[in-house]
Amino acid sequence: MAVTTADITLTPEELRRYSRHLILPEVGLEGQKKLKAASVLLVGAGGLGSPLALYLAAAGVGRLGLVDFDVVDETNLQRQVLHGTKDVGRPKLESARDRILDINPYVQVDLYETRLTSENALDIIKEYDLVADGTDNFPTRYLVNDACVLAGKPNVYASIFRFEGQVSVFATPDGPCYRCLYPEPPPPGLVPSCAEGGVLGVLPGLVGTIQATEVIKLILGIGTPLIGRLLLIDALHMQFRTLKVRKNPDCPICGEHRTIHELIDYEQFCGLPPRNGEAATQAESTVPEITVHELKARLERGDRPIILDVRKPYEVQIASIGHDVLIPVDELPERLAELEPYRDREIVVYCRSGARSAQATKLLREAGFRDVKNLKGGILAWSQEIDPSIPQY
Amino acid sequence: MRTTTATVTIRIPTPLRGFTNNQEIVEVQGATVGEALQQLVAQFPRLKPHLFNEEGRLRSFVNIYLGDEDVRYLQREATPLQPGAELSIVPSVAGGHF
Repeated sequence: MAVTTADITLTPEELRRYSRHLILPEVGLEGQKKLKAASVLLVGAGGLGSPLALYLAAAGVGRLGLVDFDVVDETNLQRQVLHGTKDVGRPKLESARDRILDINPYVQVDLYETRLTSENALDIIKEYDLVADGTDNFPTRYLVNDACVLAGKPNVYASIFRFEGQVSVFATPDGPCYRCLYPEPPPPGLVPSCAEGGVLGVLPGLVGTIQATEVIKLILGIGTPLIGRLLLIDALHMQFRTLKVRKNPDCPICGEHRTIHELIDYEQFCGLPPRNGEAATQAESTVPEITVHELKARLERGDRPIILDVRKPYEVQIASIGHDVLIPVDELPERLAELEPYRDREIVVYCRSGARSAQATKLLREAGFRDVKNLKGGILAWSQEIDPSIPQY
Repeated sequence: MRTTTATVTIRIPTPLRGFTNNQEIVEVQGATVGEALQQLVAQFPRLKPHLFNEEGRLRSFVNIYLGDEDVRYLQREATPLQPGAELSIVPSVAGGHF
């Protein structure tokens, strides 16, 4: 990527602020002007977006665009260091803007309080030199990739799970794209999200700063960016490995015979129903459900169904609404025998949010259990609507 | 017919460790990538649907690396293995924003 610096000047205050860059031969005055002339779009102002925004602002990147539609909540603060306790309840974009401008008032901050969609992605992305993808779901990953390939913008990619991270640079003119590495998404439910699997709070800090480093290298045109390489980070053993990522000649969007020429429906591509406010997996929308209010009324009447908790035992220690049987959803196929006594009884299945229990409900019905219902919204809904003393996690 | 059977290691990524009793590295015997993976799922049957589809083919979203090279650019499942070879399963992970 080429940034024009002809019209860029730095004030005495800026020269003082960036002095540790200016004395680095690899950056220097010309490099600092490149940073000021550059614009970067951050998709997501959460775990990875936090260190990205903080360090890119501090480094003097001239214009930062942020796409997010979320509100800060307490569970974010363990890792999303862009936001503070006083920001709980505020839109993430507002709190991000305040923090960025506090670090560096010379940065222009553009806010897009929206979900990135096939309709708006190209219009937003075309206004930037490069994109840093810190999103949390497969449809948006493929959307960002395809939009970057179509718009010709490099995509500095990172993802995290528990103690592990992945970083690469996709969609440069000669390099591979995300689809070259992952031609197809996994089916919904097969790969757990951070919300289900957890994440070490410092991990997005570690991975996001690597992502920020790659952004800065690309702007400056220095070093060896992670083009054609996937960096695997294992924080538990503190091991870093790089794997080769080749440009796939048969890639449907960046290969020799392209079949994708415009943005598609990414929810459908990832096997998800169209978005209608709340994310719902396919299983969730197709199995019989019972609401928390219905279940509470039943319990009060003494008309108690068999309650099956499909969470992990450590989750039960955090919060529980009681159960007759506890079998983590992963183990359900092998442990169906434990449910045999209840084959003809009514069974209500629950988990944290209702997603895993929907899978379990589907599985049990397919195994011939006649009267199985998913507790809609899981224990989170129970906490919100029935008993606030049940902790949310 | 099998001519050599190498002992090789397979690195299991975090999202799949629930199916390998939390083992991060599994040792198996196999002269090819395909044989090594078959041995792996024979040891841990619950892993099988995550790696192979109903027709027994490797799922397209599962990347298998031999050293630092994607086996799709070697000989896929027929890629021969030397003793001590290191295979990695590299899953697609979406997380970041949460």
